[in-house]
Amino acid sequence: MSYNFAYLDEQTKRMIRRAILKGVAIPGYQVPFASREMPMPYGWGTGGVQVSAACLTPDDVFKVIDQGADDTTNAVSIRRFFEKTAGVAVTEKTAEATVIQTRHRIPETPLCADQILVYQVPIPEPLRFLEPRETETRKMHGLEEYGLMHVKLYEDIARHGEIATAYAYPVKVEDRYVMDPSPIPKFDNPKLESPALQLFGAGREQRIYALPPFTKVASLDFEDYPFDPSKAAHPCALCGAEDSYLDEVIVDDAGGRMFVCSDTDYCASRRDTGEAA
Amino acid sequence: MALSAPSVTDAMGGGFANPPRDAAIAFRAALGVMARPGLIREITGGHPPLPLSPAAGSLLLVLCDPETRVYLSPSCDTDAIRAWLRFHTGAPLVSAGQADFAIGPWAELAPDLPLMRKGVQDYPDRSVTLIVEMDHLSPKGARLTGPGIKDEAWLNLPDIAAFAANARSFPLGFDTFFTAGDHVAALPRSTRVAGVA
Repeated sequence: MSYNFAYLDEQTKRMIRRAILKGVAIPGYQVPFASREMPMPYGWGTGGVQVSAACLTPDDVFKVIDQGADDTTNAVSIRRFFEKTAGVAVTEKTAEATVIQTRHRIPETPLCADQILVYQVPIPEPLRFLEPRETETRKMHGLEEYGLMHVKLYEDIARHGEIATAYAYPVKVEDRYVMDPSPIPKFDNPKLESPALQLFGAGREQRIYALPPFTKVASLDFEDYPFDPSKAAHPCALCGAEDSYLDEVIVDDAGGRMFVCSDTDYCASRRDTGEAA
Repeated sequence: MALSAPSVTDAMGGGFANPPRDAAIAFRAALGVMARPGLIREITGGHPPLPLSPAAGSLLLVLCDPETRVYLSPSCDTDAIRAWLRFHTGAPLVSAGQADFAIGPWAELAPDLPLMRKGVQDYPDRSVTLIVEMDHLSPKGARLTGPGIKDEAWLNLPDIAAFAANARSFPLGFDTFFTAGDHVAALPRSTRVAGVA
């Protein structure tokens, strides 16, 4: 074997593990880490992959989802990567997994204690599009100076009549740090308060952050414009679920479309157990 | 005959039998307790010289290397432990004020606590992690609330006032592992601490 367990060398894993522990100790705060080149391009989940590599043990059962689906290219290749380099068991069932790496979704099936959810994060800094300088955003987090973010949300209301941010909707963690939950739909934001440990890895931006179980996570809003985790006003066309996040799928050249669960495991298990309408 | 030969040979023992696998399993124990303050878990694989516990030794093997500065409290600062740590981790030994990791019983670490690194406003992660050696760990004594805890948890902290003050200085502060035998628990700075009512 020409590579170490879970691909990364031990010193790299120690560095990532130290960053993860500080992230867990300071919920919502972005810990810098020395992100490594991985055998996949930035944007394909190198941050999540490095966090998973630092956390996996040979006894883990590993699941990977991309936009809720287990069978997309990104999910399949990352799952195979750790199947080969760490020798871990893999699954598509949310309830069977001990470590779940995700791109842009939180599974519909409620997570439990002892599960770890690892997010792939493209841009970890929630203030980045408001203030491009890292030195300044560091200060803003340090001073808890988040007025600019509320101005941005207010301008949404002034222009669109509602807060138009639909994904990567900013949250405040334990009344202290404003955090980017990665580009999950805001529908998933209420699930950020979870019995599971949630770890966030941004490879290109070299940041790791975390939400310990049961951490208080509040989506930013205003008293007269409360947070609304909206969803499409349809049931799933395949399983009939009315409580899941839906993808809109174009089915022909005539503009025909259907709404189906984005979480493929949730949808398939509902159909298997006959819960489908 | 080299006088140092026996201690060098001793120092070479007591590491992980299978470093990648043992370190991964030990890290998950460390991560589990840091994410759930008050939880007590087994952590094994390291066999450091006495008086260090196997749990403290395992944490050092998981987390320390030439990039981390380590402080040994007076009772842990023995030739055998220095040699063991140098062989297995290569970590530089420093004074309490410079340390990334500080190891020892609470009574020896507490006086130096004001000197230790608590992080800075922009980088609160640049702070010490304590590994506090205990006689035993039990889920009673101080009442813990905060991130990682559903309602409340309990842990026999060696000092309630110091850890309560640490929580009040959030996001600056230090984070702590407690070790006894082959068991570990943790208290991050985010945990609010109260004495028994």
